[in-house]
Amino acid sequence: MKKFINNPVNVVKEELEGIALAHPDLVQVYFGPNYIVRADAPVKGKVGLVSGGGSGHEPMHGGFVGRGMLDAACPGEVFTSPTPDQMLEAARMVNGGRGVLFIVKNYTGDVMNFEMAAELAAAEGIEVQSVLIDDDVAVEDSLYTAGRRGVGCTVLAEKMCGAAAEEGRSLDEVADICRKVNSWGRSMGMALTSCTVPHAGRPTFDLPEDEMEIGIGIHGEPGRTRMALKPADDIVEMLMEAILKDLPFKSGDEVLLFVNSMGGTPLVELYIAYRRAHQVAEKNGLKVRRNLVGPYITSLEMAGVSITLLKLDEELIHCWDAPVYTPGLRWGI
Amino acid sequence: MTISRAAALQWIENCAGVIARNREYLIALDAAIGDADHGANMDRGFQAVLARLPETADKDIGAIFKAVGMTLVSTVGGAGGPLYGTFYLQAGGKLSGKAEMSLEEWAAALEAAVNGVMQRGKAEAGDKTMVDALLPAVSALKASIDENKTLEQALHASAEAARRGMEATIPLVARKGRASYLGERSAGHQDPGATSSYLLLKAAADTWADG
Repeated sequence: MKKFINNPVNVVKEELEGIALAHPDLVQVYFGPNYIVRADAPVKGKVGLVSGGGSGHEPMHGGFVGRGMLDAACPGEVFTSPTPDQMLEAARMVNGGRGVLFIVKNYTGDVMNFEMAAELAAAEGIEVQSVLIDDDVAVEDSLYTAGRRGVGCTVLAEKMCGAAAEEGRSLDEVADICRKVNSWGRSMGMALTSCTVPHAGRPTFDLPEDEMEIGIGIHGEPGRTRMALKPADDIVEMLMEAILKDLPFKSGDEVLLFVNSMGGTPLVELYIAYRRAHQVAEKNGLKVRRNLVGPYITSLEMAGVSITLLKLDEELIHCWDAPVYTPGLRWGI
Repeated sequence: MTISRAAALQWIENCAGVIARNREYLIALDAAIGDADHGANMDRGFQAVLARLPETADKDIGAIFKAVGMTLVSTVGGAGGPLYGTFYLQAGGKLSGKAEMSLEEWAAALEAAVNGVMQRGKAEAGDKTMVDALLPAVSALKASIDENKTLEQALHASAEAARRGMEATIPLVARKGRASYLGERSAGHQDPGATSSYLLLKAAADTWADG
């Protein structure tokens, strides 16, 4: 293992210390239990948005804390769900009197820990709703598994719900937007290389030099199939085909196209992927109204990309364009 | 024959020991079908339990187990935190105020613990989870009671049943947790959660059967 770290045990703690020093104008970082809240929390009269998950997916979630997006993020150990005490503390801190929304990616650990936290918060009289994100089309047999995983749509849901909450909409309305984003969005990812969890010390899986894994999850969970490496255009077409037919997206749909790096794939390659994805979307009659290109929901240093397509209406476009000011996403300010 | 408060504390210490010794083994099992964090998470949780154990040394068994559960919930993370946290919290709930427990009381506590795990994880037998080691252990305890076996025999029977349940997860296709994403590819691997469950019940037999 060759990593830019000190001691594997201190990876998350030292990362959080760095975030606190880098962004004191945007966020406050608390330790024991660990959570990040926006600098002006709690915002009176606003629904509080809390998300969280294992670390290693940066900038998600901590990098999305700030005006117009999340009120708090709870970072777990690398690739490990955070714990209910973190979520409960975060919910207390961001409760501005209009309830708290938990945005939860559909992974067994995240779901159970947020469930326990919601029970504890409710017992204290904090109104909490939870919405699950499960947009990964790579999981086909969701009836006999833990269900589809939450991936790229999480970033879009956090941005759009953040805008709705900032405008003073109610907990029910913000939760509705979250559910709409989840039901209108679909994603799929692929990996060229594995990643190495610091405390594990060796790659999560072996992937030969001339092969790739299609349908990979953001923790290196194997996907649909492993095959010989192909040119970028062919890979993008494979991902787009699975995504397009799943919703299904129809000719004339307006969409947001999000091309994401798993961490190790540089922007030069990401734009090659975006180019083809945009062309395929147009060829299928979709209108690409908005886009996002970059590393936003990563898997440590894994090389690979994921593509997310989200069907848009004017409400979602409005929520997307609204100002956002966080370490990881900023515009309109 | 009963299990004393001191023996209960000793079991918790031994749980921490057996998890620490099997940390790399659990990581390796999890790397094959999960995300390689089970050993590290469980070890971190039980080290925290060890650190806080002196605070509950003068409490009853129920309070000791509940404190263990709360510590695991807040330190393990992943799926293991809520599941093993619930396991000890539910067991502790059945043993409130007890300075010692009979075999029957331990069986009832373990049954409550396993029911709690099944509810929290929405898992059933055969899903390739910790439930597959725990359920047979409860059945073996109850059968031993019906057959008037000694405490020692019953504990060994339950650990043995857990071991067989753990090994029986090898051919199963996972239906819960991260391993379920592998589908058929999860077959052929022993479930890490069933393995840690077996290790804890084996530690119980080893700790209490001689006392």
